Amino acid sequence: MKQYIIRRLLQMIPTLIGISIIIFAISAMVPGDYITARANPNMSIEKQEQLRAIYGLDKPDYQRYFIWAGNMLKGNFGDSMQHKQPVTTVINTYVWNSFIMGIFALFFSWFIAMITGIFSAKFQYSFFDKVVTLLVFICMSLPSFFIGLLLIKFLALDLKLFPVGGMSTSGLNATGWTYFTDVLKHSFLPIMVLTMLSTGSLTRYFRTSMLEVIRQDYIRTARAKGLKERTVIFKHAFRNAMIPAITLLGFELPGLFGGAMILEQIFAWPGIGHIYLNSISMRDYPFMLGFTIFLAMLTLVGNLLADVLYGIADPRIRLK
Amino acid sequence: MSADVMPITENKNTKKAKAVDTPWKTAFRRFTRNKLAVIGFIMIVFMFILCFLGPVFSPHNLFDYSLKNKNLAPNSMYWLGTDKLGRDILLRMMLAGRISLLVGFVATFIAVMIGATLGALAGFYGKIIDTIIMRVADIFMALPLLPILIILGAVLSDLKVDPSSRIYYLMVIIGVLNWTTLARLVRGQILTLREQEFMQATEALGLKDGRKIFKHLLPNTIPVIIVTATLSVAGAILTESALSFLGVGVVPPTPSWGNMISAANNLIDFRKRPWLWIPPGMCILITSVAINLIGDGLRDALDPKTKK
Repeated sequence: MKQYIIRRLLQMIPTLIGISIIIFAISAMVPGDYITARANPNMSIEKQEQLRAIYGLDKPDYQRYFIWAGNMLKGNFGDSMQHKQPVTTVINTYVWNSFIMGIFALFFSWFIAMITGIFSAKFQYSFFDKVVTLLVFICMSLPSFFIGLLLIKFLALDLKLFPVGGMSTSGLNATGWTYFTDVLKHSFLPIMVLTMLSTGSLTRYFRTSMLEVIRQDYIRTARAKGLKERTVIFKHAFRNAMIPAITLLGFELPGLFGGAMILEQIFAWPGIGHIYLNSISMRDYPFMLGFTIFLAMLTLVGNLLADVLYGIADPRIRLK
Repeated sequence: MSADVMPITENKNTKKAKAVDTPWKTAFRRFTRNKLAVIGFIMIVFMFILCFLGPVFSPHNLFDYSLKNKNLAPNSMYWLGTDKLGRDILLRMMLAGRISLLVGFVATFIAVMIGATLGALAGFYGKIIDTIIMRVADIFMALPLLPILIILGAVLSDLKVDPSSRIYYLMVIIGVLNWTTLARLVRGQILTLREQEFMQATEALGLKDGRKIFKHLLPNTIPVIIVTATLSVAGAILTESALSFLGVGVVPPTPSWGNMISAANNLIDFRKRPWLWIPPGMCILITSVAINLIGDGLRDALDPKTKK
C-alpha cells in the first residue's frame, strides 16, 4: 500500500508539470495584464513600465514560466496583485467559506441519496421508484445558475423567506448565536441548490449498486434464515452497496475546497470561487494561476484518495 | 460440433415465421419500450421544431426595434413579452435555441471525433503510444474545466474576436476539452476487442492498421460512443449556457439561452420582468432533461449488459 501511494505520488509530478504548462500558456495568451486591466488613464507609460518591471511582467513568457514554476516548488505561489497578499493567504482566507457550503451540501446530498437510493432499489419499478428516477434526471440536468436565480426571485425576493445573497447581513456586528443563525439563513438557498445538483447522480449510483447487491446469494441466505427485512436491507445489503460508493468520496475533494464558482457568484457568497471569478476579470495572474494549480492538485489527490479508499474498504481489491 | 449446427437448423425453422432481428432492431424496440426515453425524444424533437421552424412562422422580426413596445409583459401579440429594445422574446428565444443546440451538438461531435480516434489509437497500438495518449488524457482530466473555459472565454473577448465567429471558437474549445471520457471508454473496449478472433482474421487477410481500426474495431464500439455522446450533448449545452450567462460564451448580438438569462443581472429586470429570463432558462432545463432521458434509454437499449 505504502509503495503504491508513493508511486502514484511520483506519477503526479509529470502530470502537474503538463498542467502547469497548459495553464500558464493559456494565461499568457491573454492580451493585456493587470496594469492595463485596471485602466487608469492618469498613469503615464513610464510609470506603467515601472510597475510591470516590479511585478516581473516585462520578461518574456518562457522566463516568467520558469520563475513562476520555480517559486511554486518552494511553496511560494506569488502575491495576488489585487489583494496585495500572498496567494496562499488569500486562498486560506476565503476557502473556508466555500468549505462550509461544500461540507453541508456533501452531507445532505449523501444522506438524501442514500435513503432514496435504498428505497427505490428495494421497491424497484414502484411508483416511488419512478418518481425518484424522474427527479434524479431533473437534478442531473439542472443549470445551476438558472435554478439559483429562480429560487432567489421567488423565495428570497417575492416571498422574503430568505436573504437575497451574501453570507451575513451587512452591518450586523453580532457574535455567537445571532451570527450563527444569520449565516444559517444566508446559506440555506446556496446549500440547497448545491445539494440538488449533486444528489441526482449520487442517488442513481446508490440505486444501481443496491440493485446489484440485492440479487446476490447471501441476501437470499439472510432472508432464508429468517432475518428481519430491515436487517437484511440495512445491515447486509446496504453495507456492501456502500463499498463502491466510498470511491466517490475521494472525488468530492475538489468540490469541497474548490468552491462552486457560479453559485457563489449568484448568491454573492464570499467564497473562493467568487474571488477566483473576480481575479479572472481583474487579470490577477498570480492568483488565477495559483488557484488553478491548487484545483488541479486537489483533483489529483482526490483521485488517489478514491483509489486508496477503495482498497481499504474492499480487501478483495489489491492495489499494485 | 453440434453447437455450431444447432443455430442453423433453428434459424431455418423460424425464418418462415419472422425475419431475424438485427441488433439495431432489438435496440430500437428496447428504446421505444422505455417510456421516459420516448418522452425525452418527443421533447427534444419539439425543441428542434420550435427552434428551427418556429421563427419562420413568427410575425415579428429581430430588427423590429420599437421603443413603444419595449418591456411589454406577455400578451396576445407578444406571447412571451418583449425586451428593452422592443424585440419579441419568443422569437429571440427560438433563434437562441438554434445557437445553443448547434453549439452543444457540434462541440460534442468534435469531442467524439478526437476521443474516439485517440482512444482507438491508444488501445490498438498499446505500449508507448498508449502511455503518451493516456498521460495527456490524465492531464486534461485534472484540468479544472470551468475555470479554464472561463479564462479562454476571456481570452476570446480580449482578442476582440468577432461575435458572429465566436460560436465556432466556443464549439472547438468545449469540444477539445471534453474528449477524455470517451477516449478512456473506447480504449478499454478496443483492448478487449483486439484480442478477439475476428482481429486474427483481419491479420490473416493482411489488412492495413487504418482499416483494422476504423472498419473493424471502432464500429464495434459504436454503442458506447452513442451513449456517451448523447449524455455529453447535455453537458455541452449546460456549459455553453453557463459561459454565456457569465458573459464569456456566446455574446450579444448573437442570442443564446445563456446570454438571454444574463438579463437577470439587472435587478429591475430580474424582479419585475421575469419573462425576460425564465423562458430561456426553462428551455435549457427541458433540453438537458430530454437529452439525459434519451441517453439513459439508449444505454439500456444498446448495452444490454448494464441492463438492471
